[in-house]
Amino acid sequence: MAFFVASILLILIGLYAVLVKRNIMKIVIGLSLMDTGVNVLIISLGFIRGRTAPIVNVKDLLVNTSSKVVDPLPQALVLTAIVIGVAVTAVALSIVMLMYSKKNTLEIDEYKELKW
Amino acid sequence: MRKWLALAFLILLGFFLAKITSAFPFGVESWGVSKHYVDKGIEENRGSNLVTSIVVNYRGFDTLGEVTVLFLAATALAFLLATCRCRRRYERWEASLIVKAASETLYPLLILFGAYIFIHGHLTPGGGFQGGTVIASAVMLMLLAHFTFHPNHKALSTLEGLAGMSFVLIGFAGLIWGGSFLANNIIPLGQWNRLFSAGVIPLIYVAVGFKVGFELSGLITDMMKTIKEE
Repeated sequence: MAFFVASILLILIGLYAVLVKRNIMKIVIGLSLMDTGVNVLIISLGFIRGRTAPIVNVKDLLVNTSSKVVDPLPQALVLTAIVIGVAVTAVALSIVMLMYSKKNTLEIDEYKELKW
Repeated sequence: MRKWLALAFLILLGFFLAKITSAFPFGVESWGVSKHYVDKGIEENRGSNLVTSIVVNYRGFDTLGEVTVLFLAATALAFLLATCRCRRRYERWEASLIVKAASETLYPLLILFGAYIFIHGHLTPGGGFQGGTVIASAVMLMLLAHFTFHPNHKALSTLEGLAGMSFVLIGFAGLIWGGSFLANNIIPLGQWNRLFSAGVIPLIYVAVGFKVGFELSGLITDMMKTIKEE
């Protein structure tokens, strides 16, 4: 249960940074935090109490594997999500670099053209 | 004002998220399709690491899409930074001898470690993405410590393209000789828990490892080298 609470808190802290903070770098950090929160949530969905990691490298695990290991599917999905998170962060940071080169500031309020 | 509105929204959202997640079972068995992956994974793929078995084989097509997304991000980044007139606004000074010597010592070791991680992706925790990231971190270390370190960008993108292409070619080989795209029966599966086992899974993960390593190295180089000295 603590994992769900922690992941929700991470998502909310990230969203708070995105909504309230004025510094673009802090907004990017918020996006990254939200990403981590979602990953923690998905991983903890696959957790089964008292089981080991889904790596069958001892003979003991070979028979009746599904009663001895946790669910590997959420872990595989999160592996995908982490890589996509890196890609998103990289593109976001390059946009920040571009914005900074135009106006010399990281304050989001200075970019009035972005408002509508 | 904006802060309080945001806080109220977040509290509401947090309440609903808590409400939804409290309905999820935690720490108990709730197998779906993955029961098949776990029980039949060794028999069908011979890869000890079931996560790798899922990522590369059962959901290999998904991973191909993921690699494509990474490529797309690198392309978008290069496109964005090509128009950037980024200039450095502070003086950058030479790193100390300790940092330089240590980074030169660590550079080959880190690359070796990354290669170890993606070669053993079907046996131990880790795999192509993790190993590739370790290799990229080695390149980043060198870029931070040395002004004069210029990775060959053309070579990086060529090798990255070749690695990506070999992933697709292995998939097509499965389509021609195995019956389906990325099928894992075109080469012998081998014995469980050996380095040469699990059919095409290690081959694909080595390709992914090279691709991610070169991709992220190129990405970091792009970001650091577009900044012009004043």
